[in-house]
Amino acid sequence: MLSFLVKRILATVPVLLIVAVLVFLLLRLTPGDPATIIAGDAASPENVAKIRENLGLSKPLLVQFGIWFGNLMAGDLGESYFFKMKVSTLIGQRIEPTLALSFCTIVIAVLVAVPLGVIAAWKQGGWLDRALMGFSVMGFSVPVFVLGYLLIWLVSLKLALLPVQGYQRIADGFGPFIRHLILPSITLSVIYIALIARVTRAAVQDVLSEDYIRTARAKGLPEVRVLVGHALANAAVPILTVIGIGIALLIGGVVVTESVYGIPGLGRLTVDAVLARDFPTIQGVILFFSFVYVLINLLVDLSYLVFDPRIRY
Amino acid sequence: MKRFIRFAALAVAGLGLAAGAWAQGSVLRVVPHSNLSILDPIWTTQYMARNHGYMIYDTLFGTDEKGQIKPQMVDTWEVSPDNRLWTFKLRKGLEFHDGRPVTGEDVIASLTRWGKRDAMGQKLFTFIARMDSPTPDSFRIFLSEACGIMLDALGKPSSNVPFIMPKRVADTPADKQIEDYVGSGPYVFKRDEFKPGDKAVYVKFAKYVPRKEPPSGSTGGKIAHIERVEWNLALRDAQAQVNALVKGEVDIIEQPAFESYAALSKDPNIQIVNSNNLGFQYMVRFNHLHPPFNNPKVRQAAIAAFNQEAFLKAQVGIKEYYKSCPSMFVCGTPYGSTKGSDLIGKSNMKKAQELLKASGYDGTTVVVMKPTDLASITKLPDVAAQLLRQAGFKVDLQSMDWNTLVGRRAKKDAPSAGGWNIFATAWVSPDIWNPLTKAAIGAAGEKSWFGWPTDAEIEKLRDQFAREVDMGKRKGLAEAIQARAFEVGTHAPVGEYFNPSAVRKGVTGVVFGPGNFYWNIKK
Repeated sequence: MLSFLVKRILATVPVLLIVAVLVFLLLRLTPGDPATIIAGDAASPENVAKIRENLGLSKPLLVQFGIWFGNLMAGDLGESYFFKMKVSTLIGQRIEPTLALSFCTIVIAVLVAVPLGVIAAWKQGGWLDRALMGFSVMGFSVPVFVLGYLLIWLVSLKLALLPVQGYQRIADGFGPFIRHLILPSITLSVIYIALIARVTRAAVQDVLSEDYIRTARAKGLPEVRVLVGHALANAAVPILTVIGIGIALLIGGVVVTESVYGIPGLGRLTVDAVLARDFPTIQGVILFFSFVYVLINLLVDLSYLVFDPRIRY
Repeated sequence: MKRFIRFAALAVAGLGLAAGAWAQGSVLRVVPHSNLSILDPIWTTQYMARNHGYMIYDTLFGTDEKGQIKPQMVDTWEVSPDNRLWTFKLRKGLEFHDGRPVTGEDVIASLTRWGKRDAMGQKLFTFIARMDSPTPDSFRIFLSEACGIMLDALGKPSSNVPFIMPKRVADTPADKQIEDYVGSGPYVFKRDEFKPGDKAVYVKFAKYVPRKEPPSGSTGGKIAHIERVEWNLALRDAQAQVNALVKGEVDIIEQPAFESYAALSKDPNIQIVNSNNLGFQYMVRFNHLHPPFNNPKVRQAAIAAFNQEAFLKAQVGIKEYYKSCPSMFVCGTPYGSTKGSDLIGKSNMKKAQELLKASGYDGTTVVVMKPTDLASITKLPDVAAQLLRQAGFKVDLQSMDWNTLVGRRAKKDAPSAGGWNIFATAWVSPDIWNPLTKAAIGAAGEKSWFGWPTDAEIEKLRDQFAREVDMGKRKGLAEAIQARAFEVGTHAPVGEYFNPSAVRKGVTGVVFGPGNFYWNIKK
């Protein structure tokens, strides 16, 4: 177990290194010049050249990489070209909205999808099963921004129940915090509800045909206990896997949701940084996302131990 | 179950009411036209940095809503008979946010830094021999020879605006960003609350002494009636902005998308306010370095094909928000004129086809760059491409994001090697309303703005314009410059438009003028 953990943690180092090198090179190959963007439309070529020099962009590529990599090894993600702020500070400022949105989304998705999936498997072929499958197709098909606008129109503009945009930090009070998160979380969770519910249904269905389920029922166990204690517990591994993948995929999903609801999270920071060619910020955010991705995978692998005692590392 | 649903609805509504109450008060919530990323309005020409500058800094002179230069921090000034010595006295009571008085030394340091960055400032400093501050509340500018651009330069309303900063800040090298945001303007910047991409906050500067005159543009009494102004930098989606304004979660959208006006104007709680009454101008720029637009006759053929109405209808679409204007210096401003503008003013396709045939155009493909992510100009290249095709050009319309375009337009390579032939853009009026501020009319070859036209005649006339002190003669020179620019085909002005703000009904006192100003507003 310990050697597995050490191996997995050590394996993240080359992954992050490869990501670092690739991101650095890809960004330099992308058309667009940060100095020209910073200088503005009416700037003279001399001013643009001075800015480029100040940013270190006129140095050879290898030298630029060396400086950035050296700083990275010292734990410094660098300074944003635009905001005159450390990239780590920028990430720190934006991480709370994204974490809060992702957490609420996954909580809603799991709380809704797992029971739905179990019930659909239990009542296979019934109206609930068909309705769930129909909902799944819709959940996969409706783009996040369409659903977001529809919810805003209904819940915020027509019923005036919730705000249409923005984010309130949890430190400013739990009420405003949760009010601003309800709609974005529901919007973003629909696709994950569809995904997790389908996988849960399929996994539980498989398990329900096993001999030990028949035995449990023959012993006279209540159906809820059969479903939760025996079927769901044995179907946990694929469900956990898809939840893990879902969390990783959220990184992409939050970008659109944050735009529709005006939430200043990491998704918006990434889009702004890419459009502005803010190389240090893009590099920092992608490295951070890569780290989170690797960490989630590790946690999912470790969670298998809890749900399936047959698995040993 | 019913009880649960009722409880949930009440809980959510209760939370809504609590937040509604919290949202009231003397706070003006503004959705600016873009993100505020750079806080040094001298280091960059970005309009957001300029608008930020207007919140926290003051200027020596300003420009009113009619384009007239008027004193702002300056109380009185004198000019020597030979126009070579200018003496300025500052108003009483001018104070920086840190409590220090504004002095002539602060002014000199600020102008010096600005003169190293701004194109017009650089021009002005070619005439300046030295500056001094004989008393704390005055400063003098000694010129090596008379020039006619002193007040135009000191009162210029758009980027780079000569904002006055404390000397310790203005002493920052011009090629480095400032890191101290103390000004003497009507609002104080809350550095501790600034979160790029989230919000920028300004609070009223209680010790600001406004002028007695009514506010107009960047001149007159800058009275901050609102205690706190918040710029919402996270709300960038056009529909989300409309939703927030309709719901009353924000008070002003600076520049809504054109598609949003229909919905906004139907809401009884929203007013459309065209505060920037001189508006913006669209422009199509040619690359003069490469075929086919290295040939002036080909450029003229293209200009003749460019029907302004076609561009404006496609891009703006709302008749009352656009107008055709053949002037390169903005219609309705002191140098606005129709001189030499026949080709664009009376654009017709037959003439364009004839001119193209006579030019010897050999069928070279024209690379037109189209920005896909800038809603305010994204349709212009499509129109340009279609009109060029109709005139007989072979066109390759290439889509990219705006910042790729910005990087690519700086390349002087041939279009086939990653360069370009045409791009379109928009300018706010003050940036282009005289021959010195208008970057696109400069014709100093590879030293001039992207597109790099070369014409000694234009440069000679611009130089004369800078030196001329008589307004009548300056107008004549501006007309001559425009006529020559059309002859050379530096670029094609393709119409003017307005992008009015959308404002909640309870918000009054929006200042009219060439920019977005947040003093005088009541809520």
